Amino acid sequence: MAFLDRLKRRLVVVAGLLTLGYLLLPVAVVAVFSFNRPRGRFNYEWQEFSADAWKDPCGVSGLCGSLSLSLRIALWATLGATVLGTMTAFALARYRFRARGAVNSLVFLPMAMPEVVMAASLLTLFLNMGVRLGFWTILIAHVMFCLSFVVVAVKARVMSMDPRLEQAAQDLYAGPLQTFLRVTLPIAAPGIAAGALLAFALSFDDFVITNFTSGSTVTFPMFVWGSAQRGTPVQINVVGTAMFVVAVLLVLISMAVGNRRGRQRT
Amino acid sequence: MATVTQQPPPPRAPSPSPPPAPVPRVKPARRRGRRTPYLLLLPGLLWLVVFFVLPVAYQASTSVQTGSLEEGYEVTWHFATYGDALSAYWPQFVRSVLYAASATVLCLVLGYPLAYLIAFRAGRWRNLIMILVIAPFFAGFLIRTLAWKTILADGGYVVGALDALHVLDVTSWLGWTAGDRVLATPLAVVCGLTYTFLPFMILPLYTSLERIDPRLHEAANDLYAGPATTFRRVTLPLSMPGVVSGTLLTFIPATGDYINADLLGSTDTRMIGNVIQTQFLRVLDYPTAAALSFLLMAAILCAVTVHIRTSGTEDLV
Repeated sequence: MAFLDRLKRRLVVVAGLLTLGYLLLPVAVVAVFSFNRPRGRFNYEWQEFSADAWKDPCGVSGLCGSLSLSLRIALWATLGATVLGTMTAFALARYRFRARGAVNSLVFLPMAMPEVVMAASLLTLFLNMGVRLGFWTILIAHVMFCLSFVVVAVKARVMSMDPRLEQAAQDLYAGPLQTFLRVTLPIAAPGIAAGALLAFALSFDDFVITNFTSGSTVTFPMFVWGSAQRGTPVQINVVGTAMFVVAVLLVLISMAVGNRRGRQRT
Repeated sequence: MATVTQQPPPPRAPSPSPPPAPVPRVKPARRRGRRTPYLLLLPGLLWLVVFFVLPVAYQASTSVQTGSLEEGYEVTWHFATYGDALSAYWPQFVRSVLYAASATVLCLVLGYPLAYLIAFRAGRWRNLIMILVIAPFFAGFLIRTLAWKTILADGGYVVGALDALHVLDVTSWLGWTAGDRVLATPLAVVCGLTYTFLPFMILPLYTSLERIDPRLHEAANDLYAGPATTFRRVTLPLSMPGVVSGTLLTFIPATGDYINADLLGSTDTRMIGNVIQTQFLRVLDYPTAAALSFLLMAAILCAVTVHIRTSGTEDLV
């Protein structure tokens, strides 16, 4: 029995680590192949070591342009979705009103729908309206599908907030605005930040909805898609690896800072 | 504060403020309070109605139109488009459901141990493993999918190993792979789908597992339950909300996905998403594309409703 128990414990750990390996293997391949010097147009087979792509990440025409476009769209979409989503989340978390259930389902629906359906129906709207596809249609679409995720993140945080804190603020003669700015908003901030981060990541990496709403505008995922048909430059791997490393570093730094702050407070 | 309808206070904390006196001063504030939620909702709701509800309605109308790109389309209530679309593309529909279901089961089987590991066994490594689960998102979805082309390449290590172990013989016999190739077969597509949506399974599983009080495990042990019984009678039932939302978050996007089928599959592995994408962006047959997209949406909504009802976690939404 004890032996079986130990085996089972180990089994869970081994199986879990294998899954983690499955998740990380492609990232490792992307990183390794960013140092490749491919012979043909496609970077799928290992040839020889070379750091050329890292020295010249913008060496492929169109890559850095698409990257900066994606960044701009992601920033604006994050701003839009965070503002609209936070307002919606506060209304849903703090007020009882008619049609609250309907609003809740309306917010939930975009997340319960395959992206291709949303993308296709948005395209029919834009075509019917005669809107020219480009930067603005992409931005509109991104704000739309990021909105729900922000609402969920902020709502969860606001719901778990102790209502007595606001009552205490009022007992201490804080006005509604002061209570909101000095008590409510700081407590909700982590939820808002999480929602904003999620929106940024979703928008920056989105392909399906952009594919339908971009016309001839090329964002970074669209660039990668195009190069998958024509020939993949090594620089794509450089960008992917760099984004992964930057993301991990940022999280580790923010955790270290958070830890130190926590220690100082105690 | 009159502008906020307070949530019922927890029972142990009696409300410190006396009930608001019905003085006339409060009245305008109350009226403002009644309007505040609608004002807060207005922009976000407007956005969702104009760019989500309206498009779906437009799509429904497009699906019953006839005409051509040159002469324009007109609503003729031509419901035959649905029948034609279904009879022409039912294999892709069936394939989508099969692939998505296989990927969902694989995600559950692969994701559960990792979620369990993070929740109960990781100790001080918990945060690091969580970061490693989420961080691949940032390396770009398409780039990572392309990496599978390298991993599963003909004559590569993975295919070589599977061939040496005679796994490929079995999978070829089952029709999952073709000869000594893995790329451009159903197996490659399901493998890619599983990979893409695995984090969407792990995160909700972890959330529900993490809430389980470890003392429940001890109690089960004290009551002479072995590890298997403890898992079956305690852990698994308590993690069901995570299983339900994880399977939904995996199955729904996997059914509509066309990137894995396009990059890792062949013309024999086309899913319904591929058909919708091609009809919309290349063939430009808008009524058929809209009908297919509408059918997919209806199918998904039915599946979600049934899934939530039967698993009895309606508070999920």
